[in-house]
Amino acid sequence: MFDALSDILAHKYNYLGFIILMMIGLWAMLAKSNLAKKILGMAIFQSAIILFYISVSVKENATLPILEHHGHGDEHGAETAAHGVQSAAHATESTLQSTHDAAQATSHGLAESAHDAMQAANDVTHSAVNATGDALHAAAQAVGEAAAHGAHAAINAADYVNPLPHVLMLTAIVVSVATLGVALALAMKIYKEYNTLDEDVILEKIRQ
Amino acid sequence: MFWQIDNAVLTLVIICAVAAIQIKDLLGAAIFFGIYSFMMCVLWAVMGAVDVAFTEATVGAGVSTVLFIAAVFRTTRRTKD
Repeated sequence: MFDALSDILAHKYNYLGFIILMMIGLWAMLAKSNLAKKILGMAIFQSAIILFYISVSVKENATLPILEHHGHGDEHGAETAAHGVQSAAHATESTLQSTHDAAQATSHGLAESAHDAMQAANDVTHSAVNATGDALHAAAQAVGEAAAHGAHAAINAADYVNPLPHVLMLTAIVVSVATLGVALALAMKIYKEYNTLDEDVILEKIRQ
Repeated sequence: MFWQIDNAVLTLVIICAVAAIQIKDLLGAAIFFGIYSFMMCVLWAVMGAVDVAFTEATVGAGVSTVLFIAAVFRTTRRTKD
């Protein structure tokens, strides 16, 4: 019994504090007769629940889930890829050039040399297409290598705290402010009507 | 080191919550609520939730306290309990 209690005090004190705070807020909401005190109790209740969720995500020796930028690997890969694309463009250009040359040779050449010219043009076109394919392949390889290089800096999930409770609780904080504002506006309207914030007096005036 | 800071701030948070509920002056209650919110945001920063901490510092400790003080000045400071 005592061991269990000391264990809770040593390791789970945040949950203990969450329970105490939430019950303080609940007690204020129920037992206090002043409306402003009730609203304060509601705000305390909400932050206690937020504390619980943040306590769930706590991890020893862990940092925020912000990934560090690793070196120039991806830049280098992108550069190589750009080079590959450029060479592919060059190859395509040379293909066009050679086709043009072949056509010229065909038109200029005699009938018997036309056949040879066509053959030569075909060869040139083939080689150019091959070169284009090679260049594109190299570019794709460079992109793949860049991706692989980026993946070298492996993301170790154990080094980071769980960001999901944090994100949910950011929303909860904003919502709690909205509820506080609405509750205070209602309290102000009630004060204008009954000239008091005390719940017992308000109930008496309503019953009359 | 971590758990000593955590415990100290948690104690302060609970003390401020009780004081905000128990004080007989609503303006004092608003100020104590501001201290409570700020201590809560310190607690979350210690726990590693920095984004939640500065959201609480601006929105909880800032805007909520200002709203509460404005409401107190538009109504009344006196309270029976």
